[in-house]
Amino acid sequence: MKEIISVKNLTKSFKTGDSELVVLNNMSFEIEEGDFFSITGRSGSGKSTLLYQLGLLDHPNSGDIIIDDVNVTSLSKEGRTKFRLKKLGYVFQDYALVPELTAIENTVIPLLMQGLPKIEAYAKAEWALKKIGMEERLHNLPNQLSGGEQQRVSIARAIAHDPKIIFADEPTANLDTETADKVMKTFLELNSQGQTIIMVTHEPEYARLTKRVIKIGDGKILTDGKSEDIISI
Amino acid sequence: MQKQKTKFEDLLISVKLGFFLAFRQIRRSNKTTTALIIFIMTLTFLNLVVVRGVLVGLIQGVVDVQKEIYFGDLFISVPNKKDFIENSPNIIEIVKNLPWTESYTARYTYGGKIEGTYKEKVNYTDKANEAGATIAGINPEMEDKVSHLSSKVVEGSYLTSDDADSVLIGAYLLKKYLEIESSAFQTLENVDVGSKVRLTIKGNTKEFTVKGVLKTKVDEIDLRVVMLDSTLRNMIGRTDYNVNEIAIITKPGTDPLVVKEALLRSGVGTTAKVQTFDEGMPKFVKDMKNTFALLGNIVGSIGLVVASITIFIVIFVNAITRRKFIGILKGIGISSRAIEIAYVFQSLFYATLGIGIGLLILYGFLVPFVEAHPIKFPFSDGILVAEVSATAWRVVLLALATLIAGYVPARIVVKKNTLDSILGR
Repeated sequence: MKEIISVKNLTKSFKTGDSELVVLNNMSFEIEEGDFFSITGRSGSGKSTLLYQLGLLDHPNSGDIIIDDVNVTSLSKEGRTKFRLKKLGYVFQDYALVPELTAIENTVIPLLMQGLPKIEAYAKAEWALKKIGMEERLHNLPNQLSGGEQQRVSIARAIAHDPKIIFADEPTANLDTETADKVMKTFLELNSQGQTIIMVTHEPEYARLTKRVIKIGDGKILTDGKSEDIISI
Repeated sequence: MQKQKTKFEDLLISVKLGFFLAFRQIRRSNKTTTALIIFIMTLTFLNLVVVRGVLVGLIQGVVDVQKEIYFGDLFISVPNKKDFIENSPNIIEIVKNLPWTESYTARYTYGGKIEGTYKEKVNYTDKANEAGATIAGINPEMEDKVSHLSSKVVEGSYLTSDDADSVLIGAYLLKKYLEIESSAFQTLENVDVGSKVRLTIKGNTKEFTVKGVLKTKVDEIDLRVVMLDSTLRNMIGRTDYNVNEIAIITKPGTDPLVVKEALLRSGVGTTAKVQTFDEGMPKFVKDMKNTFALLGNIVGSIGLVVASITIFIVIFVNAITRRKFIGILKGIGISSRAIEIAYVFQSLFYATLGIGIGLLILYGFLVPFVEAHPIKFPFSDGILVAEVSATAWRVVLLALATLIAGYVPARIVVKKNTLDSILGR
């Protein structure tokens, strides 16, 4: 399998008053294309921080992140935005849908930003929503959808522009068990079709469903391996 | 070359997406809030245009009435150090034969004294009920064609060619119209339509009946006593028909300067002073007009700043409360420019509707209403001056201010760190 992400000596720290809190300390690892990769750890361990660095939402203090053969740490602000639009998809914990836009409008935004013709963009958005079983709710506003439905729209938005990698930050945290199971099922289906997914979760039962798990703490990778090995530990 | 095209395409995509976001945000926003913002924009626009329009209109009312009642388009008057316009009959003939002349009127004017209630005077030592006045002799028919003086008779009726023993009195000569206590300026008491008055001009005294009272809000007229020109000529023994003023109305579309040039070429300038209305308008009126326009602009500018701040606050509050979503949009790869454009479109929407409604109110209601019902001020009938060019300039100014006021807060919020916005920190 081809390496899609390569992380080398990644360090991220935050200034808290006079002291400096090192959250990610000289971290290195690789992720292969088509992987379903989960990041776990205690609260405050830095798992979300790691996801934000990999997802280009934040900039590390040092180290390199190479995604799809591009060293993204050297990209400009505008370059990072374009890279995110073209190659990455995001699913946030609280769905993060624009409240004034319907399900299909929320999904179509990245496609329109890519410059796709309107008809083609809407067709792709509809395809993405159908793929995650939301074809009946295309024209509903977020406040007319349940939490699970909103999260599925969020997933549709993340996959509509056919990204190389989907980043999901605690996608099941705000959902009841039944709905969370459905969301995870959607992720597993997408992964089975070759989609690379990187997910942060603090729930072992969902981490167990992924292919590979890293557990981080004290700024370092504590364990890294197949999910069944890590979670059973 | 290719790179530039790509940048243009990027801009076009941002504009389209900005419109997409703005349209939906407005359509699904709170209708009452939107209506309130548009209402504020309408009021601001009206403040910008109407306050100046009324202030300028007050002076424009003075100017217009001076032109209409007294001056006409051109005014021929007595040169300095002369008592009358020499060779008046020839000048009048020239005026009459000019191709641009619509109508004209020649006036005799002399300083005199008017006295009322003299029959009720008991003792010789009692203070006389008298006032100094300019006595004017006119041809009522010709005068009315120029100044429509008959429409300014507020009591009684206008003169006819048979009224040899009647006069019209300017309202400012009567105490009931101008209550003023001054030893230097006296007004007549208890003089009304039908009263007998005594006029003294150049030592000749004659009794007249007051036929009407004139109120024009033009001091020159309202301080006059008006009688038939033939009567005045008889009183002062004028047989040469030399007059003191000739007011000319030109045909529509005529440039008064062209007429003035023609009059001067005909030699009128050698015995008389020829002025267009603009030249003859008193300097203080011009200064007042400029001052009021400046005042209007100052008040309007304050309104403009208030509107800009209002839009700034509205957009800023809107953007700051939506900071998380702005962060999300940036996070999923939407360009900052597209988001900023969305807010600019929103501002323009408020401005366009506010200004549009303002224009409808202005030209559909306010201007025709004030024209039909002028604002009654002591010194003029104020109109609402709203020239299209000046209004258009203010529309552009307000739209521009709104655009900036919409862009700046959006830029402030959009510039914030993406992750900080998403996480609300």
